[in-house]
Amino acid sequence: MRIPANSLVSGWGGFIAMVAAGLVLMFSLPQLLDLFGIVQMTVFVAMAMFALSQGFLWGYGGIMSFGQAAFFGIGGYAYAVSVINLGESTTPVLIAILAPMIFAALLGYFMFYGRISDAYVGVITLTVSVILFELVNSTSGNEYHIGSAQLGGFNGMPGVPPLNFPGDASSPLEPEQTWYAAMGSLILVYVLLRGILASRFGRVVVAIRENETRAMLLGYDPRLYKLLTFIIAAGIAGLGGCLFTNWGGFISPTVFGLTMSAQVIIYVLVGGLGTLLGPILGAVLIQYLMIQAGSQNVVDPNLGLGVVLVAFVLLVPQGIVPMLRDKLLPVRKPAPQNAPAGKAVEAGR
Amino acid sequence: MTPLLEARGVTMRFGGVTAVQSVDLALREMELRCLIGPNGAGKSTFFKMLTGQLVPTEGTILFRGTDVTGANPHEIARLGVGIKTQVPNVFNGLSVRENVFIGAARRKSMARARQIVGETLSRLQLDPVADRMVGQLAHGQRQWVEIATVLAQEPDLILLDEPAAGMNHAEVQRTAELIREINRTQALVVVEHDMQFIRMIATTVTVFNQGQVLMEDDVEHVLADQRVRDVYLGKQAA
Repeated sequence: MRIPANSLVSGWGGFIAMVAAGLVLMFSLPQLLDLFGIVQMTVFVAMAMFALSQGFLWGYGGIMSFGQAAFFGIGGYAYAVSVINLGESTTPVLIAILAPMIFAALLGYFMFYGRISDAYVGVITLTVSVILFELVNSTSGNEYHIGSAQLGGFNGMPGVPPLNFPGDASSPLEPEQTWYAAMGSLILVYVLLRGILASRFGRVVVAIRENETRAMLLGYDPRLYKLLTFIIAAGIAGLGGCLFTNWGGFISPTVFGLTMSAQVIIYVLVGGLGTLLGPILGAVLIQYLMIQAGSQNVVDPNLGLGVVLVAFVLLVPQGIVPMLRDKLLPVRKPAPQNAPAGKAVEAGR
Repeated sequence: MTPLLEARGVTMRFGGVTAVQSVDLALREMELRCLIGPNGAGKSTFFKMLTGQLVPTEGTILFRGTDVTGANPHEIARLGVGIKTQVPNVFNGLSVRENVFIGAARRKSMARARQIVGETLSRLQLDPVADRMVGQLAHGQRQWVEIATVLAQEPDLILLDEPAAGMNHAEVQRTAELIREINRTQALVVVEHDMQFIRMIATTVTVFNQGQVLMEDDVEHVLADQRVRDVYLGKQAA
């Protein structure tokens, strides 16, 4: 099958190069960075996973969630609660992925089968994340616990046990091993999403983003495809939340906050909507900049983030990855007959 | 014999406006039928009820005897109805090949879908533009991409809403040829108001006027009819 000429990174060569680069990073960073650097990269990867969720949902599914943090937070809390209760981390990781998916299935069913418009999907997801924030925020008493796990309200849940080797609760992962687990799962999810996008299901998802009416008139039920996309994205966000909780051994209601949902949208915009690499790069880049900005005392980091976003929207509205692709692709690709100049690479909208 | 498509007393009201009033229509297997009428006659509203985009206020629509009144468009499509809308509904951000693939891919193996894509592209002479983004093509070509996508679906009935709209003369001619060719294997309903085009595909014509069926006959009789001339041709005579 000819691959639609929509992306450098969707071609086989690009795909293998991406995975190889990911693996090289995964194994070389522990050699290059000190322990602190590795720990920091691990949280970058957790947020990159979150960004990948938003990027897939928004860039390919055309579904704009303003409250993707809801699933990130559910994943994080699901991990914390279940690992405290079970003591061993393998099942909790699965729960952290499945719980947000189940929640997304319920929420998504009413949104997509209720045929509400795109704008309201944004409003509802936003509202849900705010409700969850308020809900978890108000669970500070001793009476709020799930099994032996105290929810802790606005103080959050400290001392969440870290990941351990599968099946062996007595051997928790060292920070370096946690990095391998985090980066490994990021690569795995990337591969999974590439596979989905290359499949018939993924191609229909993109087609529905392009024109829902046409897809419907061809016999596809857009509601089902949107719901499944929403569920997959929720699972990925949940895994990101799990990695995040595990990184600090701590989770608090701020994971449900508007800041989280807004940040991830910025990661996707900066990195490039309609790509998978973009959200990952966007997440790492912005977090790096935020940390650098936090270490100086001249301007407020959030103000800096705002400036970065405005600059991107004005100067590189398509994001980093599509911009680089536009610049590189005409050179790299043998020009097909009648090829439109450079512009045929638009994968997202 | 059960008609392929049948409308019984179909009425559509928007508030106080009756766009379509108790229309009866029956289409045989493999028939080619044109729906004509002046602007606002209710052709497109009727069309949208056939495709499930609008739910009739009254009446029933049957596809091979199955009641499809109020069914979702995707359910109607799955019964074997291919629909080309008036404003081209294509996947602008995807290549021509990918557009046709999406049409072909439902409930078929990837290999079979690819085979259909290849056949359809050459049938509509779209090979030279197969890898271009549909959004960048000229209007006429986008119309053909949509027709190709619908054909790739392999429907038993194809509904075309103004397939020749915005096409130049050569394109109109090719579209007419194409429709006759499609009709060798599939039934078609063509909504048009271009009389030249109707003449080219010469067939049974149903004339709409003010939401009702004015007459239904073969093309020669329709064109010779004084009432049709009055409501329709008379105004367009040039």
